[in-house]
Order: sequence, then structure tokens, then C-alpha cells
Amino acid sequence: MPENAVDVRDVVVTYGEVTAVDAVSLSVPRGSILALLGNNGAGKTSLLQVCEGFRSPAGGSVRVLGLDPIADHDALMPRLGIMLQSGGVYPWATAGEILRLFASYSARPLDVDMLLDRLGLRKFARTRFRRLSGGEQQRLSLAVALVGRPELVFLDEPTAGMDVGARQTTWELVESLRADGVTVLLTTHLLDEAESLADHVVIMDNGVVAATGTPAELTAAAGIDLLQVRADPGLPVADLAGRLDAKVTEDAPGEYAIAGALSTDALAAVLAWFAARDAQVTSVNSRRRTLEDVYLALTASGGVVR
Amino acid sequence: MTAGTFTPAPGRAPMRAILKSQIRMELVLTARRGEAVVLAMGVPLLVLLGAGLTEATNVPSDDRLGFVVPGVLALTVMSTAFTGQAITTGYERSYGVLKRLGASPLTRPGLLFAKTAAILCLVGVQILALALVGVAVGWRPGLAHLLPAVGVTVLATAAYCGFALVIASLLRPETVTAGATLIYVLMLAAGGIMFAAPDLGTAGWFLLPLAAHAEALRDTLTDGTAVPGNIWLSLALWAAVALTLAARKFRWE
Repeated sequence: MPENAVDVRDVVVTYGEVTAVDAVSLSVPRGSILALLGNNGAGKTSLLQVCEGFRSPAGGSVRVLGLDPIADHDALMPRLGIMLQSGGVYPWATAGEILRLFASYSARPLDVDMLLDRLGLRKFARTRFRRLSGGEQQRLSLAVALVGRPELVFLDEPTAGMDVGARQTTWELVESLRADGVTVLLTTHLLDEAESLADHVVIMDNGVVAATGTPAELTAAAGIDLLQVRADPGLPVADLAGRLDAKVTEDAPGEYAIAGALSTDALAAVLAWFAARDAQVTSVNSRRRTLEDVYLALTASGGVVR
Repeated sequence: MTAGTFTPAPGRAPMRAILKSQIRMELVLTARRGEAVVLAMGVPLLVLLGAGLTEATNVPSDDRLGFVVPGVLALTVMSTAFTGQAITTGYERSYGVLKRLGASPLTRPGLLFAKTAAILCLVGVQILALALVGVAVGWRPGLAHLLPAVGVTVLATAAYCGFALVIASLLRPETVTAGATLIYVLMLAAGGIMFAAPDLGTAGWFLLPLAAHAEALRDTLTDGTAVPGNIWLSLALWAAVALTLAARKFRWE
């Protein structure tokens, strides 16, 4: 059994003259969650469609559960759960009928009523798909992807159009998938979704991989970038700034902000400086770079080194 | 580690079970689209009663019902297997349903089989119902040539289904709806159902599959004679061309 559920090597996807995905490589270890993060048009869905076998790549190779998504289509499909970005369901069928239909394709499906309950859809079991709200349709699509007890699920923007509560429910569900050994590859443009769910994040921008790593790795590289210190007012901030490669301000009397890439030595120097002036430090807050900072820095125009 | 709710246990259900539930879904959805059922059954029924029982149209036969009822049966096959199938498939494609089903354990041959089987079920029920209405108002069919009648009907169904899938693949769903309905109306007028088909001789069988099918049903069920070889040839050609085109042109997205 291959170690990775998904292996993408140098995949290129073109639409006529436009290159949507340009030599992207990534792998998804079994039992983990990988988030493809990027703006609309970054190439996330195109890459996912190659993995799902909907599209053949113009270059590169893809192995999904050790198989070729197009050549081994029939062998692969029972093992995959696929959630499309929209549609894909008979508009005139009810939610219950749709889920039962997809359950009937599988040898050992999940209990349909349990799944409807988990996704808060039980009261819509007799409602036709076209009468469901966008968020309800999304939840049903997720249920359809899961009902066959797949090894690997592809979720394309799983929480798009969901309200806060439904989003939370969906996140908890995705976490239980991982806990039960299901591999998840999802696309999102929501930073908090990627940061809170994913074991690995691949940031895509304009069809290429801009950065990759765990959320911690992506944010830790930059370290602490802001230190807020509360101490006696009126200390000479220019003196401190002169000793550090940082910007120091007294935002309010006794509230100091030290902004910059702060190494451990720099942090020690800051506190030593306050101690040397007999200032009583009553509070220290540090702020780490968030995934959002990393993301914005990477995807800002010209921010990606090709 | 204890098995959780979502612990993977993938596998395809037995194909028979898959096809059974897929055919059931196709039939349920067809029944749910009232306008399609009316188009498929209502218009032929009106033609049967209107042209069969009144002198509203000139039919080229003294036996009005003997001319009209087989034509109406042929019309029903076209309306369900071509017009209905084209419209439904066009919309299913635009809703992404075909794409989604193509990426499920159903498999594509499974979906095509289920669609065809559902159409054959529908056609069978509709023909039986309309034939019973025909008998109730005085049509007296002979059943000695029932088998060839079924044979040409299967060929006609295959041809219509094939063309339905082709136009559903090539055109936008709105265009498919308009086009398939227009063809239906034209064939209703020119197909030799309510009045004689244009007299084109043998060429007529090859140009108008509806007229050929209707004539074959008249020969077998009303007149108790064999199906002419040219009609067999025409319907077999239509079916072969349609299915070949469908296999080449059918798009799932």
C-alpha cells in the first residue's frame, strides 16, 4: 500500500492558451488533511479535477491511492468521496432520496439517517434539492461524498455558502474523518479553515505552489513580530530602538510596542533594557505571524519568486 | 483502535442492486416532472381520440382506428425516447448530475444502461396504456405478428435514445428543449400519424423514422402482415447511426 494517498508530480493544466496549473507537485499522507489554499483562479479546483479524473493533465503525473484517476476510474471510484463545488444532484429529488441513491451504490454505506442527523439535514429529508438553501445543498453534497465510507475524500470549497454554525459542524465532521483514518484533500480560500483543520497547507498562487508546510511551520518561520509591554510611562523609546532592529513606540502612557522580526536575543534585550531602568513590567504580550500574514505576503502581486 | 463511524470500508454494491436503485430514481424523477408525462402521454392520447374517433383529419384508410392507433403508439415512443430523454439529459448535464454520477461507483455503462432500461419501461407502460384505450374505443389489433412489432419498436427506441443523447451533448439545455419539441411537432405533422405521410415512396421510410415505425406497427398489428424489409433496414440504420454518434459525441460535462 503506498504511503501517500495522493501523489501529484509536476502537473500542468492548460485551458487553450491559459496555464491554470503550472508544474505543481504535492503529496497527501494517508490519514491526514491537506488544504489547498488560494484565491479564486489560483488553480485549486483544476488541480482537484485532475486528481478526481475529470480532467487529464497536459503534463506530469497523478497517482491516487496508487491508481491512475482516469485509466483506473472504475476501480478507484468506490474508494473515493467527491464533493463538487456546486451542483451534481438531481434538483427534483429530495435530500433523503439522493443520499439513499448514493448509499445504494456502496457495499457497506453509512447509515443514512445518522448522516442526515450529523449534518443537521434530517428535517430536510423530504425537501427537494432545489428548495434547499446554498448551505444546505453544500451539506448534502458533503453527505453524498461520505456515505460510501471512502478512504479518501476530495472536498472542493466545502464550507462555501455555509453560515457560522454549519461551518463549525462541517469542521468537526472533517476532524472526525481524520480521527477515523480517512484522508482529506480540500480546497479553501478561508485562512482559518486551513489553519484550524489542516495538517499540511499548500498555498497556491497563479497556478504555482507559493509555499507549503504545516500551519505551524508556515507561521513559525517568521517568529514573533510584535511585543507589547506595559511598564512605567515615559521611558526613552528611541534609546531602545537604537539597540534593536525594530520600531519602538509608546502608544499610550506606559504601553510600549516593539515591532519587527524579534529573535530570542532581541526579546531578552528588551526585558533587560526595562530592568536596567528599574521599570516595573506588569504585562508582556507577544504576537506571532498568522497564516494570514504569510498568505498575504506570498500572494500579493509580485510576492512570489518564480 | 476501535472502528469509528467513518472508518473506511469502501466497496461497490452488487451491480444489480446499483442498477435497480438507479432505474427506480430515473422513473421516480420522470413521474415527478408532470409536464414531461403529459407531453409523453397526453398528446398521443388526444391524437388517438381526436383523429381516431372523429372525421377531424383525412386518413388514407377506411379503418380510422386501424390507421391512427399504431401511429399514436409510434409517436409515444418518439416522444419518450427522443424528446423527453433529450430534454432530461440536457438539463442533467447542465446541473452537473452526469458529471457527479460519472464519478460514483455507478460507472458510465451502468448509467447508460439504467437510462435505457428506464426508457424501455416507460415506453412499455405507455404503449400498453394507449393500446388499451385504443381497444376500448374499438381498435381490434391482431397479435400474430407481435414479435416483429416489438422488434421494430426496440430499434426505434434505440435510434431515438441515441439522437437524444447526441443533441443533449451538443447544445445548451434550453436549445435542446426547443429543438426536441420542434422536431416532435414536425414529426407529428409529417410522420403519417394523423394523416398520410408525404408520399416519398421507399425514400420516405429512410427519411422519416416515425413514419416507418408507424407503418410497421400498422402492418403487423392492424393488417397482420410482415414488416417490409426496407423498414427493417431503415430503422436498423437509424439506430446504428444514432448509437455510433452517441458513443462518439456524448459528453458527461
